[in-house]
Formats: sequence, C-alpha cells, structure tokens
Amino acid sequence: MPLLVPNRHRGKLIVVEGIDGSGKSTQLSLLSQWLRSERIGVAFSEWNSSPLVRETTRRGKKKNMFTPTTFSLIHATDFADRLERYIVPLLKAGAVVCADRYAYTAFARDVVRGVSRRWVRNLYKFAVRPNLAFYFRVPLEVAIGRILGGRNAIKYYEAGMDLGLSRNVEESFRLFQGRILDEYEAMTQEVGFHVIDATGSIEEQQRQMRDITTKELGENLHNGHLLRASQGDIDAAQAAPRVL
Amino acid sequence: MLPKQPLEFYSEALPEVSRDELQGKLIVIEGPDSVGRSTQVSRLRTWLEHQGHAVLDTGLARGALAGKGIQQAKEGNTLGPVTMTLFYATDFADRLENEIVPALRAGFVVLTDRYIFSLMARAIARNEDRVWIEKVAGFALVPHAVYYLRADVHDLLTRVVLGRGAFDYWESGMDMRFGADMHDSFIRYQTRVIRALDRMAKRYNFIVVDANQTPDQIFRELRRSIGKLF
Repeated sequence: MPLLVPNRHRGKLIVVEGIDGSGKSTQLSLLSQWLRSERIGVAFSEWNSSPLVRETTRRGKKKNMFTPTTFSLIHATDFADRLERYIVPLLKAGAVVCADRYAYTAFARDVVRGVSRRWVRNLYKFAVRPNLAFYFRVPLEVAIGRILGGRNAIKYYEAGMDLGLSRNVEESFRLFQGRILDEYEAMTQEVGFHVIDATGSIEEQQRQMRDITTKELGENLHNGHLLRASQGDIDAAQAAPRVL
Repeated sequence: MLPKQPLEFYSEALPEVSRDELQGKLIVIEGPDSVGRSTQVSRLRTWLEHQGHAVLDTGLARGALAGKGIQQAKEGNTLGPVTMTLFYATDFADRLENEIVPALRAGFVVLTDRYIFSLMARAIARNEDRVWIEKVAGFALVPHAVYYLRADVHDLLTRVVLGRGAFDYWESGMDMRFGADMHDSFIRYQTRVIRALDRMAKRYNFIVVDANQTPDQIFRELRRSIGKLF
C-alpha cells in the first residue's frame, strides 16, 4: 500500500516527529531560521492548530467526550483543513513547509489509544508525503525529565488519562509516552524516517539536520526551484511569523 | 435476505463495542437532498412508537461533539472537500458510539436519516477516492435495512423550487463550482451524488423505493417492509 501521496509540487515538505520532550520543535525552529537566512520562503504548520475545528476539539476535551475513533477523526479533520487550505497552496507556491508533527503522530498516538494500525494509515492516505521526515529518538526517561522539569501540570489527554492506564497523571503520562515511543520505533523503517539521536547536544543535532537537508534537497535549495524571498520579505516574515 | 443478529461492522470493529449486546434494530433512510426523507422518518417514528417500540431518531451533523462545528464551518468560506468529509465522519462516529450503539444496547429501534452512504456519496461526488472513504467509514454497523429513496435530478430540482424556493450553497456543490451558477452546479453535483448512491445500491443491499410516489404510498411501502424486521 503506497503510504501518502507523492509531493508533485515545487515546494518541499519537512516534518519532525518524536515523543513530547524529544526537542523536535526547537530543532525545527533552528532549521527554518537557517533556511530563511538562505532566503528561502518558509512556512510553519503545527499539529492540532486549525481554527476550523478548534471549538469542537475544545468542547470534546472539556467534557471528555472523545472516544479513540472520534479523537482520531477530529485530528484528521484538523490536519485535512491545514493541508487543503494552507500546506498544499504553499507547496504549489514553492515554499518549504515545516510541519511540527505530521500524520505519523496519528499513526503512533491513535494506535496507542486503540484504533487499528491499518485504519489510521488509510485515514491519512490523502496526505502529501514529506520530502524529509526527521524522527527525534530519545529514551523515555530523558524526555520525561525534560517535560516534568520544564512546565506546569500535564493535561488530561496529553497524559493519556482517557486510556485508564493509571490514576496518577505522571504515571499515566509515562506509560502513554512509552507506548507511543514503541509505535514510533516500529514504524521507522516503514515510513523512512531520518533518525536523529536526540540525546546529543542541540548544536550537534542541528548540524545533522542541516547536513541531511542539504544532501536531500541540495539542488532544490540552490537552483531557484523554491520560492526565494528578498531581504525585505524575510524581515517582514520574521516580524510576524505565521503559525497554523 | 436481511442480516440476522448479531450486527456486524463493515470492515473495522469499533474499539470497546461487543456486537452480541446490540439488541435493537438499525434502520436507515437514505437518499439525496430534498427527496422527502425527514417526512418519512417522522411518520415512521410515530408508527413504530404506536407499535410499542422505543425509537431513537438521528441524522447527519446532529451529534453533540461536532454538529455545531460543522454548521459553523459551513457558514464560513474555507471548508475544503476532504476536511468536510472528515468532519462529517467525526460527527457520524460520535453519534454511532454515543447515541446509536447505546440505543441498540437498550433495545431501541434506531431510525437514522442518512448514514455513511450520503457521506460517502458526497465525497465521491467531490472526486475523493471511493476506497479511501469506504475504509474510513468501515467502522459503521451494517444496518438491518437501508431504504434508498430514489429520485432523478429533475425531480429533486422540482422539489427544491416548489419547496424552499431557493438553492442551497452546499446542496448545489458550489464549494466545487460544478457549474456557472447554483442551478447548473446543482444539476451536475446532484447527478454525481445520485450516481454514487446508485452504484452503492447492490453492494450495500439497499432497498430501493421510488421517491416519485406520493408520501402516503412511500410510507405504506416502508411500513410494510419494516414490519417484517420484527
């Protein structure tokens, strides 16, 4: 079964994946700054951020209305909206679209929640296949340490409390993330992740990311295939970063 | 032959649902927009209740989770075709899991104004992949009976003009701009929807009912057939 639709557009799609606390967002942000400094048009898209379904997601979470199936479907709806309205038009325009989490997040999380691997892979078949998919591999304890040390209370669904793994939020979070980690590891070959060792220094990880990007997209980065911006455009874009 | 208990899923079992405990009957009224489904559903409900059956009636985009969101999305101007399909699928799953399955467990007759078939027909009419949407909707339960109120596009057109007296943006498929104006787009879009439903008829064991009969005739035909389910 061919996984996802090949990207036939001028632009390129780069995605990062990994469990919470793997450092993927930091790395993607650094990569996009570098691409911007090369005067390439860059756009961002974040998982679960579509304004169209925001109210529905909020209602479902607040009242604990979600089941594994509806949780999976509402995230796919969110994803479809960002893809149809934002990602594909930008790829057509020749931009590099950087996505913080992609369909693979659903392949991992939704399966842990109880939907079948086969069903969720079919669900995202309309998605554009990324040109580069980075997976930030990190041992569970390292990621947990980063999360627990860094911020406030973990939310109900974030901790996978809906799975009933444990009544203790921290313990539930640990078990949930552990299972997600297993799903990511199991799909690494299947989806062709570029695996980054996320225990390395931030600088070392970023160097690897840039090397891989140059190697895989090198020609496109320099032959004018991608959208090029003037310095003025870049300053304006940095003043008002668009996140969807 | 109508399927016997226990009810089955099309291709994908819902997590946490045991088919053996589903005691009620699941009856679907399908058909394109404006074909007269809701009139029949409300008459059937009254009739079934007279017979002593407890009835749950439900329909597209009426769920507690996603119903409002879908209405709001349709009022805007940025709802893409795949997004719309998946939003409706979310609503369907919510109603299936939180309304239909509990009602079937409790022995109700569930009467649903449209099911996955309209959802799939609309997706197919918008050039989405048939196999994709069939698999997405594969967690649906196979109903005890699916009645397909069939009319051709010119009958629908007459009903729209004589009924509401105006074209609806979504019922005309204007999001896809199938034609220069609402009328042209309506004809092309509804033709595609009807064709998609016709193609499902055999595969999904639809009982085809001619929607050009009078409402009384249709009601009698449905009643006769539904009576045999008990």
